[in-house]
Amino acid sequence: MVTNDSRRVVITGMGVLAPNGHGLEAFEAALRAGVSGIRFYEELEELKFGCQVGGIPQDVEEIKHRYLPEEDLLAMNQAMTYTAIAGMDCWRDAGLPDISPDSEVDWDTGAIIGAGIGGLDTAGDKLIPKVLAKRVRRLGSTMVEQVMGSAVSAKLGGILGLGGQVYTNSSACTTGTEAIVNAYLHIREGRAKRMLAGGAEGSSPYIWAGFDGMRVLNTKSNASPELASRPMSASAGGFIPGSGAGLLLLESLESAQERGARIYAEIGGTNVNCGGHRGGGSMTAPNPEGVIRCVRAAMAEGGIQADEIGAVNGHLTATFADPKEIENWSKALGRSGPDFPLINSTKSMIGHGLGAAGGLECTATVLQLYKGFIHGSLNCEDLHPEIESIKNSVVHSTCDYDGKYIAKSSFGFGDVNGCIIFRKWEN
Amino acid sequence: MNESEVYEKVVGLIKPYAKNQDALSSISSESNILEDLEVNSARLVDIVLAFEDDFDIEVEDDDADAIITIGDAVKLICTKIG
Repeated sequence: MVTNDSRRVVITGMGVLAPNGHGLEAFEAALRAGVSGIRFYEELEELKFGCQVGGIPQDVEEIKHRYLPEEDLLAMNQAMTYTAIAGMDCWRDAGLPDISPDSEVDWDTGAIIGAGIGGLDTAGDKLIPKVLAKRVRRLGSTMVEQVMGSAVSAKLGGILGLGGQVYTNSSACTTGTEAIVNAYLHIREGRAKRMLAGGAEGSSPYIWAGFDGMRVLNTKSNASPELASRPMSASAGGFIPGSGAGLLLLESLESAQERGARIYAEIGGTNVNCGGHRGGGSMTAPNPEGVIRCVRAAMAEGGIQADEIGAVNGHLTATFADPKEIENWSKALGRSGPDFPLINSTKSMIGHGLGAAGGLECTATVLQLYKGFIHGSLNCEDLHPEIESIKNSVVHSTCDYDGKYIAKSSFGFGDVNGCIIFRKWEN
Repeated sequence: MNESEVYEKVVGLIKPYAKNQDALSSISSESNILEDLEVNSARLVDIVLAFEDDFDIEVEDDDADAIITIGDAVKLICTKIG
């Protein structure tokens, strides 16, 4: 193994299954047009959720049969299915060879696919009821592979015939972004030529219930789903749960150029850290110093100056934490008021995809950088008073963008932070 | 239910688990469930559960372990349902 820490890492493929679009073309169109993927779900009303709206990828029951044989689907829950669809799309988008059960193992490619909560749909619908009914012997063979933490990466690894390291990371809402950071470091260290990376999360009420119980979801917009996800708004009343999968194919520049791959963007700088539950940080809130250090470390890793960052795709969930996040960005970049970079929140359209959030939003970020636009952030016409000073930086409707960088951040329970600064591809 | 009806039903229950769907066209009593139909060995448990539900029988683990071919399954089920 040759270690080459200066190895450049680029993105050569993407796959997305989001509440407002499946596939890059549909997702880009939805982002540009401000199409919300948030809908009302009767099941949530019947279960007496406070928040009865959510973001769920549409038509998956039909789509999945175009991707996967029945034999595979018998043992695949929501997150595994979402991962497989986005993963196969990502693979094809990268122009990699056709795959079949008989194709060769690709020893040069691995995967880090995160899940925040994991297979709770399987546990809640099948495993727990049978165990409580003393029918363990009737569980069949498919429980473990669906409830094990690594379900999403394990299944995709088999579908694609991956021979590098294949694992699942989990760090709450930082998960997807952390997966991409880890994959980047993995390639930089020379451990693989290519890594699929991102996150996935299912759409089960069992996954969302705990957040509803915490009173962190918006319960006031059940009658108007498209207005429910309101990051940066004065009337934000909590986040809207989302789901899906977003994956990137990261590749060493050397490998990408060798096979003549299309390059979407380059990873400029990255960092993941933890605020240590000090200085105001806790299991559920970030230590501002941790966030600031994370952003600055990502800039330092890539030799990127604060004034080069023209846009930020924030974590921005639509809770009380949005103004604090912007304050932290402002401190980290040393830029405030009119000098603050453009900022938007993809969650305004798709909700908070939890373990999928980082993957979905990094896909949105790379699309924006590659195609030269910044999508509008929905539902923040009534900007939160604490962020009024950067009002001209908040993108309300899609605009052109020709900057060199977009920064993406994700923050999660456990006081964990992740930041990736994507660089426009220039040879 | 006669033996040929049991056979048809068994084939139908195994079908979703067969990785080699082409082999289904030439399926016979002698077809080896794991080798010919390329059923994942872990899924034999699910197939036996399907037999139990569909034929309203109970299959002991030792009996299940003895099922190698389609014919083995048909024979066992016919014995159980009398």
